Amino acid sequence: MVPLSWYILLGVVLFVVGAAGVLLRRNILVVLMSLELLLNSVNINFIAFGHYHGDLRGRIFAIFVIAITAAEVAVALGILVALVRNKSTLKVDDVTMMKG
Amino acid sequence: MHLMCGTIANPVDSGRAIVRVGAASMGQGFFLLFAAVSVITALTVVLARNPIHSALALMACFLQISAIFVLLGAPLLAVIQIFVYVGAIMVLFLFVIMMIDVREAVLQRFVPGGNLPALVLLGLLGIEMLALVLWSDRFSATEPVAVSSGDEVRQLGTTLFADYLLPFEVASVILLAALVGAIVLARRESG
Repeated sequence: MVPLSWYILLGVVLFVVGAAGVLLRRNILVVLMSLELLLNSVNINFIAFGHYHGDLRGRIFAIFVIAITAAEVAVALGILVALVRNKSTLKVDDVTMMKG
Repeated sequence: MHLMCGTIANPVDSGRAIVRVGAASMGQGFFLLFAAVSVITALTVVLARNPIHSALALMACFLQISAIFVLLGAPLLAVIQIFVYVGAIMVLFLFVIMMIDVREAVLQRFVPGGNLPALVLLGLLGIEMLALVLWSDRFSATEPVAVSSGDEVRQLGTTLFADYLLPFEVASVILLAALVGAIVLARRESG
């Protein structure tokens, strides 16, 4: 069988890649996609721990994470569409309307 | 593998052992394949300049992750992953990419070295997590604990609706709020 640490390492690599996308990219769409990547790496960890410890709660929490992710993406893309309609930009640095 | 085959004298047992070892290494091979493709597609998501390329690479990455869920003995989660992520979320992303003009975004340069504090933070984060995982001996389990055999979906549904009923209701309220919020946010101002 595949050792548990391999799954954890895959989660670590995907998390670092997703965090790099969130922190380094300036395009809002790519930042949102990298957030999805972060949540998926956490899901891998949940299911791997649940599988190797014989616990169903890992899968339950993964289901909740997927549901909350769907809600988050819907709201974020709605905000993005409203933002592009008001201020035609996709760069994170240009969105400083809330700054005093 | 050779050691295992050498120590077993009975040919039937050795045949079984070979089958078991072959299945184990096949599982490892599949895991390595899916993990490699998912990491490559994740890097493509971050490094691609065109958001459409990022979205398609993200779709491929989600498919690989659902295959990894199958390896982890959670086929229901794999199906949910494909339905929700590939079927709903990526279609949403592609619709938004179609609605807005991404040509300007394609033209802008992506310089990874532009943000030094973020790079240092990422390096520290990766090194810390790798060190924790590699030094700890809690992650060395190779065989999953045998769960009570039975229908996976039935167990999952019973646990979800018996022990986690309140979080389930809260999640459905959050989904409803997100639905209403997305409609209100994306609606064009009517006068």
